[in-house]
Amino acid sequence: MNRFDLDKQLANLLVWAVLLSAPLWLRAAGGYTELGVRVVVLGLAAMSLNFLLGYTGVLSFGHAAYFGLGAYGVGMTLRYIAPSTGLAVLIGALTGTIAAALIGPLIIRLRGVYFAMVTIAFGQVFYFIAFRWNSVTGGDDGLTGWSRLPINLGFTSIDILHDVKAFYYVVLIVFAVCVGAMAWLLRSPFGRTLIAIRENERRARFLGIPVDQHIWISWVISCGFVSVAGALYALLNNFVDPRALYWTQSGDFVIMAVLGGMRSFWGPLIGAAVFVVLEDYLSSQTENWMSFVGLFFVLVVLFFPRGVLGVIRRKVAS
Amino acid sequence: MSQVVLFNVFNGLIVGAFYALMALGLSLIMNLSGVINFAHGGFLALGAYLAFTMMPYVGFWGGLVLAPILTAGLGLLVERVLIRRVYGRDPLYSLLLTFGLAFMFEDGMRFTWGAQSLPYQVPGWLLTPLSSEYFFLTGYRVFMVLLVGAAVIGLFVILNYTRLGIRIRAGTLDLETVSVLGVNVRILRNLNFGLGIYLAGLAGVLAAGMLGLQPTVGTSLIMPSFVAIIVGGLGSLPGTLLGGLLIGVASGVTTVFFPSATEAVMYIMMGAVLLVRPRGLLGEEGRF
Repeated sequence: MNRFDLDKQLANLLVWAVLLSAPLWLRAAGGYTELGVRVVVLGLAAMSLNFLLGYTGVLSFGHAAYFGLGAYGVGMTLRYIAPSTGLAVLIGALTGTIAAALIGPLIIRLRGVYFAMVTIAFGQVFYFIAFRWNSVTGGDDGLTGWSRLPINLGFTSIDILHDVKAFYYVVLIVFAVCVGAMAWLLRSPFGRTLIAIRENERRARFLGIPVDQHIWISWVISCGFVSVAGALYALLNNFVDPRALYWTQSGDFVIMAVLGGMRSFWGPLIGAAVFVVLEDYLSSQTENWMSFVGLFFVLVVLFFPRGVLGVIRRKVAS
Repeated sequence: MSQVVLFNVFNGLIVGAFYALMALGLSLIMNLSGVINFAHGGFLALGAYLAFTMMPYVGFWGGLVLAPILTAGLGLLVERVLIRRVYGRDPLYSLLLTFGLAFMFEDGMRFTWGAQSLPYQVPGWLLTPLSSEYFFLTGYRVFMVLLVGAAVIGLFVILNYTRLGIRIRAGTLDLETVSVLGVNVRILRNLNFGLGIYLAGLAGVLAAGMLGLQPTVGTSLIMPSFVAIIVGGLGSLPGTLLGGLLIGVASGVTTVFFPSATEAVMYIMMGAVLLVRPRGLLGEEGRF
């Protein structure tokens, strides 16, 4: 095992140690457990986006749509279909994944800013459906009248509604499964091919790789995991509203990925943590938090484009 | 019934004219500099608020002339200080930069002028209907269509017959060669940005009299402008104009028959265009 691999193992160990122990020290550090859940959920969303953005090199600005579809899938299942949290998450994830798979063929041939523009515009369709279809989605007021339910495992049941710590660990398990799957995919020949496409699409094409097909699969995987994150987000809030689908939410995911470091696996999680804590703090301090978030975007682009992990890696290398 | 349809077609045409005006500015900037300007809606709203603030001093007509110019001036400054820094970098960064600017614009305007809708006074004689049968044909609406038409013609004259316009078009095709031929590309991009923002400011002043004044007026217009560009064809200004008018009319007609799909219909059109003709109605093949 060379030094680089060792560093990687240490980083993994550190991340998991922090995530697993978070409920123990969050309160002492001035936070609260829901904030921890928020970080994990939005971190999963940003990492899913980064599967496409950082590892396939495709600029999507419309991931909020699939995040929101996952959230609405959960809300509507619990409200109208069946009182089962597990089933709700499954349906939420499927909704987002299927929508992404259907839209994929329309967009996979586009690149760069054009891809960004089309994905962000397509996301708006779902926003307007959620916004306008009052009788089913609750329209602008959001979908209420439901809440996450205890998970029944047969021999015991976990009360995730009242025990927030239990909910945190359930979310963390889902997070671990998704992140593990992404890491496994990225290490597989398929994942290496995606990186090859990112680095030099023309060469990849000449090597006989069906590039469009790979981008479509990567898009569906990325949107699928983002809709899982959306499903968890709905469970966290016990509420969904159309803002979860709105295009500004997509921008938040992209800034999380960039802020943490797009070229690293854990980067977006760190970006999400910084973003969530900052937003939480700003919105408690000032009414004009939107200006500060905007300013934050500008500053990150101008002075911090490599992100936290990008900078650290550079320091270590030099 | 036919009158209702006609009313909504006309309404759609007006809304489409806004989309087109905004989308033309976005297109200009994107074609030459490769930047999607999310803050375009912010500039539009700013133009409207500036006209509102100036109204007591310079009147409606003074605001109509001055507000877009001031907005364009701010555009030149923003390009000079911020946007210029992300040229040539991954498009991701220009998206995030203008995204942040859009947030700041919207919040700044809410802070300065308040979140509630402000009344925008249009000269009384412009508001009277021109004919009793077609009640919707007020002078202001006709005037607005004429003015947008004039602005579009002005833009095409500038692009086709002035030195600046010809350089902008040349730069759109091959910026490097234009630079080698001795044109200062930095200034060219700066002026081009200002031109795009001028159109946004103008659209803002006109929209204020029609849709009212809210901090979110720009954000609500930017997505349809994207759709207009995609439907019309990326890289083609006539296409953008056509796209804007088409989706405006389509939304207007849909309002009659199926009101809840008013917004969704333009995205369905976009999907159809991408499916049948991915480069857009008038887009060049192989450009994107």
